[in-house]
Formats: sequence, C-alpha cells, structure tokens
Amino acid sequence: MEIIKVTHLKKTYGDVEAVNNISFSIEQGEIFGFLGPNGAGKTSIINMMIGLSRPTGGHIMIDGIDAIKDIKKVQKIIGIVPDENNLYDEMNGFENLCFCASLYGMRKKEREKRATELLKQFNLLKASRRPFKTYSKGMKRKLTIAAGIIHDPKIIFLDEPTTGIDVESARQIRELILDLKKQGKTIFLTTHYIEEAERICDRIAFIVNGKIVKTGTVNELMENAESEHKINLVLDNNITGSRAELENQFPNYKIKMVGDNSCLIISQERIALSPLLQLLDSKGISVYEAKAIKPSLEDVFVKVTGIEAVQLRIEREKLGT
Amino acid sequence: MKTMIAFWSILKKDILNYYLKPPNISWGIIFPLSWTLMQLMRSEGNLGIVELLPGLMAMSVLFGTTSMLAVTITFERKGRSFDRLLLAPISISILVVAKILGAILFGIINAFIPVIFAAFFIDLSRINWGLTIVAIIFIAVTSALMGLLIAVSAKEVFEAQTLSNFFRFPMLFLCGLFVPLDKLPVVLKPLSFILPLTYGTDILNGSVTGNSVFSAIINFVVMLAFVILLFYLCQRNIKKKWIL
Repeated sequence: MEIIKVTHLKKTYGDVEAVNNISFSIEQGEIFGFLGPNGAGKTSIINMMIGLSRPTGGHIMIDGIDAIKDIKKVQKIIGIVPDENNLYDEMNGFENLCFCASLYGMRKKEREKRATELLKQFNLLKASRRPFKTYSKGMKRKLTIAAGIIHDPKIIFLDEPTTGIDVESARQIRELILDLKKQGKTIFLTTHYIEEAERICDRIAFIVNGKIVKTGTVNELMENAESEHKINLVLDNNITGSRAELENQFPNYKIKMVGDNSCLIISQERIALSPLLQLLDSKGISVYEAKAIKPSLEDVFVKVTGIEAVQLRIEREKLGT
Repeated sequence: MKTMIAFWSILKKDILNYYLKPPNISWGIIFPLSWTLMQLMRSEGNLGIVELLPGLMAMSVLFGTTSMLAVTITFERKGRSFDRLLLAPISISILVVAKILGAILFGIINAFIPVIFAAFFIDLSRINWGLTIVAIIFIAVTSALMGLLIAVSAKEVFEAQTLSNFFRFPMLFLCGLFVPLDKLPVVLKPLSFILPLTYGTDILNGSVTGNSVFSAIINFVVMLAFVILLFYLCQRNIKKKWIL
C-alpha cells in the first residue's frame, strides 16, 4: 500500500530549479532512499514533504492527507530527523527528549517513560543528565534520531542520518534504522553514502540536479548494469609477455592488467575459464584465484548519473567522515 | 489539551532557558534602576518620583520584552532548533503566543521593579492600579510582538540587536517620555502618533499622575488595534520568511 505519493513536485528559488518535476511513491513499511550528491535537491524535497518549505508546484499525499493543504495533520504522524543536530544545547538528553515529546502533546508520565525507553535503546542512559552540548557527534546524532521518533510516528524522515559521525556510531544508527523497519515504520532517508543506501534501503532513487534519474530495488538497479562479464585472475607470475598471445587466442576478451600479478578479463559474453587456464598453464603460469566481478551500486550510480563516485567521497570527507 | 501541553512546554522552556538565567535577571534589575537614578540626577530634585514612574515603567517593559525575544529567536533559528517548533503539530498562532508570552511576563515583572523602589520613598496609594496594570500588559504585548517582527527579519543575533535599537531608541524619544507630546516639533509629531508606546505611556501618565493627552478609551482602542496589526504581521511574516 502506497503511504507517500509525490507527483510533479517542483521548487524554484528565483531562476534556480532546485526540484524539477519529480514523482515517486513509497510503500508502507519500506525504507526508501534518495541517493545523490550535495545540492542534488534531497533536502529541498524533504523540506517540502514535512512543511518547512512550500512547493512551487505538484502534489504530496502522505497517508491519505494532502500535505500541502493540511501539513499540521501530517506532522502528527511523521517523525523528522534533520541533517543537523538541532536539539537544545543547554538542556540535558532526558529534558530534550521530554520537550520534543511535549510538542506532540504527550503527557508528563508518558513522555518520561518513552524518553527513558529510547535512552536505553540508544545506549544513552548514562549520559542522559548531561547537557546536550557535552555529547560527542555520534551521541548527538543518536539523541536527535531519538527525538525524531519520540512520539512513535508512522513515517520517519531521516536526512543524512550518518553524516559526520564515527564508523561505530554510524553502524549503530543503521541497525536502529533496520529495527524501526522491523517495527513496521516507513522510512524515507537521504544519503550520499552509496554503501549505506545499498545496505539498508529497499528501494533507491538516484537524484541529480533536482531530478530523479533512476528508481528501483538494489537488484533492479544492478540488473541493467550487468551488461559486461568480468573475471579477476590472480597469478603466480607476470603475464605481460603472454598477453599478446592471449588476446590472439581469445579475440572477444579484453585483458586489463591490474597490478603485477593480476589481470581482469572482460567480455560481453560469459567467460569460459577452462581454455584460458589451459593456455596460461602451457605458458607455465599458475592461476591462484579466479573471481567473478559483479558491478557494485557505485558502478551503477556512476553509469546512470554520470557523477564519479569519487565526488561523493570528497563531499563525505569535507563533512568529516 | 495536546496543544496546551505543547504551548506550556514551549513557554516553560523559554522561561527556564532564557529568562531565568542570572544575566537576564540582573539585567532586569540593573536596567530599570539605572534609568531611575539617571532621571533623578537629570531632574536635580525638581521632578517628583511619581512623575518619573510612568516613563520608567514603560522603558523597563520595552527593553525587557524586546531585548530577549528578538535575540533568543534569532539564536534558535540559527541553531535550527526553531525548526522543531515549526514542525510541531501546533498552529503558527499558538507558537507565536507561546514564544511571546515569556517575554511579556518578563517585561511585566521588569515594569514593577521601579515601582518597588518607589514604594520605599513615596505613597503609591493614589495610583489607579487597574489602569496601570492593563497599560503595562498592552505595552508588553506590543513590544513583544515588535521583538518578534524584528526576529523574523534578522538572520544573525547582532542583526537582531541592531534592529531592536533602531526601533527602541526613536520610540523612547518620540513617545512623550522625555519631551511632552505637545512640545514635540511639528515634523516629528505624526511619527509619535504611529508608535504604540506613545499610547501606552499616555495611559500610564493618566493612571499614575492623572495627566494624559488622550482619554483612556482612545488609548486602549489604539493599543488593541496595534496588537491585532502586529500579531497579523508576525504570523504573515513567519509563514513568508520561515516557511520558504
């Protein structure tokens, strides 16, 4: 069942088209990810869906409610984790969670119980009486996520949930996201970490320059990319001397050297290993390892968007991870 | 009920996090006290404390409300914690009232500090307290709404402070506190009539000293009109500038 349906959404700032006529839908209980570089329009789309920004055009339906006309109704059933940790520095962890719960009308006893539960679940109970400003980046991120789900929302928006935090905290957060999915929550997340999207999203949309260029499950996205077959061979010797003969014998294969004792065989058809191994054996070269290389989501992303994955990594480094 | 819980929480947070902090409490005492002493020295003993009271109360409310509100909102906007409030399932009107109520209460308390000092020296039994309290509330509400309007326009804390002074000081000099309205230059007179503080001070003058330019009814009607206008402008500007 579709719980979010966005159609022909547009957002312009002056002459700049931040979001350009995008449409997508999200099924109840799935983790849907937006993957794209900074400035692709991910946060602009989230902001329009949660009511922090007004669309220039298009429609947003969330759980059967028109989110443009009746955003306050929508805000009751959604939880939001922004890309920046925006809790109150002066308040401690427990107070911050209780305050966020009160914004949704939760009574004192109820909010204190829920805050304690979440602090336990997020491993923050020991630090719960410390001011938020004294938390590490990872702890701040976890508390911000806890604040976003304090009112037990049906749908959770996570904007760059693991950006700027250490590897261990990022891993814990990914586990928490998967736990939320198990609880039946629908999760919409944006990220520019390809591995993260691949690991936790049921479906992914590649977004570039305010446009969705491709949507699908990881397998669906991969299927189209598997147009070439690749096998990596690890050898006991350098094959530079035998390369010409190999190419003559197997004209349909492309041979790429990868380091001194390793090469990549590329073909449009399936690669028959036996004749290759026999030829190499006759040249006195032993093959230690033969490994089929499957395309990664990164390869698909690069192919579809034209954006080098390196660019995403540079952005990630700029953000301190 | 849920809205009331959210409303009370926002108010309580602001009072605990901002208004009850030691620097603000001392500011609330030191500022009205300095104004009182300054006025007494300036008058060289010719001016009675009763005549000083309306002006001192008005100034204390004006500075008490506007100084904190504009700065705290700009601060929360910059740290993006204000987004949490905008994303809460409560209307913008409730949010506006919750945010300004802390400043209003702070301003009202500030207004009575000069009164407490004055009570040690003079008999205050002739003052019309009912009228005085209503006037103080009106001044506090209009000043808080002006503070909010400034906060909506400012992006940085220093910008909010500069803008606040840009409004506050001309208002002080044009509202009839330092120069009576009938003695203001002709060019400046129309300006004084478009300032809410002019009418608030006039009610205070009437209730404390018995000398007012306009009748209390006119003053209240004009103040009420200012409250409605400023509330509308605040809501409109918040929707326009904060929900982009």
